[in-house]
Amino acid sequence: MSEPILKLNNLCTVFHTARGRFTAVDGVNLELFPGEVLGLVGESGSGKSVTLRSILRLVRPPGRVSGEVRWRGRNLLSLSEPQMRQVRGGEISMIFQEPMTALNPVLPVGEQIAETLREHTELSGNALRQRAIELLELVGIPSPKERLRDYPHQFSGGMRQRVMIAIALASNPKLLLADEPTTALDVTIQDQILKLLLRLKDTLGMSVILVTHDLGVVAQTCERVAVMYAGRIVEVAPAAELFAQPRHAYTLGLLNSVPGAGSTRRPLIPIPGAPPDLTALPPGCSFAPRCAFATDECTAQRPPLMDISGPESPAVRLTACIHHDALSAAGEVTR
Amino acid sequence: MNRWSYVLIRVLQVIPTFFVVMVLVFAAARLLPGDPLTAILGERATEEMVVKAKHELGLDQPLPVQFWIFLKDFFQGNLGDSINLKVPVTRLILERMPVTLFLTLYAAVLAAALAIPLAFVAALRKDTWADNLIRGVFQLGLSMPVFYIGLQLLTLLGARLRWFPVGGYGNTFGEHLYYLFLPALTLGFNLAAILMRNLRASILEVLQAEYVDFARAKGLRPSLILGKHVLRNALISTVTLFGLNIGGLIGGAVITETVFAIPGVGRLMVDSIFGRDYPVIQGLTLTFALLVSLVFILTDVIHAQLDPRVEAA
Ligand SMILES: Nc1ncnc2c1ncn2[C@@H]1O[C@H](COP(=O)(O)OP(=O)(O)OP(=O)(O)O)[C@@H](O)[C@H]1O
Ligand SMILES: [Mg+2]
Repeated sequence: MSEPILKLNNLCTVFHTARGRFTAVDGVNLELFPGEVLGLVGESGSGKSVTLRSILRLVRPPGRVSGEVRWRGRNLLSLSEPQMRQVRGGEISMIFQEPMTALNPVLPVGEQIAETLREHTELSGNALRQRAIELLELVGIPSPKERLRDYPHQFSGGMRQRVMIAIALASNPKLLLADEPTTALDVTIQDQILKLLLRLKDTLGMSVILVTHDLGVVAQTCERVAVMYAGRIVEVAPAAELFAQPRHAYTLGLLNSVPGAGSTRRPLIPIPGAPPDLTALPPGCSFAPRCAFATDECTAQRPPLMDISGPESPAVRLTACIHHDALSAAGEVTR
Repeated sequence: MNRWSYVLIRVLQVIPTFFVVMVLVFAAARLLPGDPLTAILGERATEEMVVKAKHELGLDQPLPVQFWIFLKDFFQGNLGDSINLKVPVTRLILERMPVTLFLTLYAAVLAAALAIPLAFVAALRKDTWADNLIRGVFQLGLSMPVFYIGLQLLTLLGARLRWFPVGGYGNTFGEHLYYLFLPALTLGFNLAAILMRNLRASILEVLQAEYVDFARAKGLRPSLILGKHVLRNALISTVTLFGLNIGGLIGGAVITETVFAIPGVGRLMVDSIFGRDYPVIQGLTLTFALLVSLVFILTDVIHAQLDPRVEAA
C-alpha cells in the first residue's frame, strides 16, 4: 500500500461551553490514501462534521483542536493562518450538507466561483470567466454561461449542490471533504451527485472523505469506512467487509437499524437507548450502556482501537470492541 | 417579475399614499387652533377687515372648493403665497431647502460612517470592553434628545474650544462641511446609534451563517469575508431601517437648525407654525412628504440591489 496522503494523529476537539466541557472529537487516528474514498459514518452528534472541520481548522470558538493533521509532510495544526488559507480551497476543499445555506444568497454564483479562483490561481479577466464556465460545465450544469449571473435561489437543490462542488473543485484540490453532500436531496438526485463525485474524483485524482449517516451511500461509493461513536473511531474496515462482518457492536447495531444496503429484507432493530451525552461519558466503552454484549471488562476501561486484521494485510481492520469475536456469531442471528 | 418591475410597483404604490398625505395636510392646517387672520391682522381687527382678508385668501370658500384649488395649484408647482411674508411659498422653500438637504444628507452620511465600522468592531469584539464602550456611548446618545446633544457639543467644541463655528453654514462646499459638522453630528447621532445597534446584531447573526464557514473553507481572506460576504448580508435589514429613519432625521433637522442658527427650512417651519402661515405649512409638509417618499423608493431600490431574493416576496 502507498503512503497515506492524510494522517490524523490523536486529533482532539474540545468545546468549553456554558453547559460544561466536552470532547466532540476524542483522539481520532485515521489514515487516508491517495485516490481513496473513505466513508465516515455514525449517528447524529457523533462528531463527524467536527472532525472534518478540525482538519481544515474551521472549528469555531469555543472549540479547540489539538493533535496532529499530517498533510503532505506538514502538520496543518501548526501552520500560520495565511499558510492555512493556501491549503483551504487550494489543496483541500470542503462541501457542506445544505447548499442553500452554504452558498451566499446575495452573490451571483459566478462571483462565488470567481473569488475562489482569484484566491488560488493567477487567472483574471476573461480567462477567469472561462474557467468558471468550464467548472459549471464540468459538474453538469446546463447553459453555464448564462447561469453565472444567477443567484443560488434560482437553482434547484441538486443544481445548487453541483454549484458547491464546482466551487470546491475550482483549484484542483487533492482532497475533498464532503460533509453529507446528498442528505438534503431526494434519492434520484442523490444518486446523480454521488456518481458525479466519483467520476470527478477519478478524473481529477482526488481523495475523498465522505461523511454520511446513510449506509446505502457508503455501500455505493466508499472503499473503506470508519465508524464514529461519541467522538471516537470505533471501527475501520473495507466497506464490503464491514457490511459482511461488522466487528464492533455499535456497527452491528447500526447495520441492523437501517434498511439493508442492497442486502436482503430483514426486520429493523433500532439501537436501544439514547445517543450518549458527551458531557457525561462512562469511563469505559462509550457504547457499553446501550450494548447487549457489554461486560464488566467493557465498563472498566476504555478499549483501544485494535488491529484485528490477519498478518498478511496489517492495519486493514481495526476495532475498539472487546467482543469483536463474539459478534460474528450473533451478527448472523439478527441478520 | 424582475427586480425593476418590483421597484416600479413600489413607486406606483407611493402615489395613493401621497394623495392621502395631501388630504391630511390640507385638513390639519385648518384644524390648528387659532386663526391666521388674527395672527395677521392683530387682535383688534374689525369685522370688515376680516371678511375682506378672508375673501382675498380664498378662506371664505367651502372646504371642498378650497381643496380643489389646493390640488390644482400643487400640480402646477404653485404652493400659493405666504400669508405673512407675501412671497411665493415655492420660492421660500427653494431658497432654504438646499441647506436643509445638505444638513440631512451630511448627517445620514456621518451616521453611516460612524455606525458601520463601529458595528463591526463591536460585533467582532463582542462582550469585550470595546464592545461595551461603543454600545454604552451610543446608548447614552439614544437616551438624550437631539437639542441637548447639540447644545453640549456647541458649548464644548464650539464656544469653549473654538474648534468649530457656532452658527451659519459658510459659502463654499468645504466651508459647508466645516460649519455643518457639529449640526450634522448632532442630527445624525441618534440615527448612528440605531444603525449601530441593528447592524451589530445582524453582523452577529450573519457571522453564524454557514456561508461564512464555506467562505473560510474556500481560503478567502478575513477582510474579504467580512467586507463582502458578511457586510452585504448584514446591510439588508439595516438599509431598510436607515430609510425608515430618514424621515425622523428631517424632523430632527428642524430642531437642529434652531439650535445652531442655520437658515434652512426648519426655521421656516417653526416660524410659519407660530404665524399660522397655512400655505407655508402645507408646502413644507408636502415637500417633506415627497422627500420621505423618495427616500423610501430609494431604499427599496438599494434593498433590491442588495438582496436578489426580493422579487420572490
Ligand atoms: N460550534 C460548536 N459549539 C458547541 N458544540 C458543538 C459545536 N459544533 C458541534 N458541537 C457539538 O459537537 C458534537 C458533534 O457534532 P457534529 O456536528 O460533529 O456531529 P455529526 O456527527 O456531524 O452529526 P450530524 O449527523 O447531526 O451532522 C455535538 O454534540 C455538537 O452539539
Ligand atoms: Mg454533521
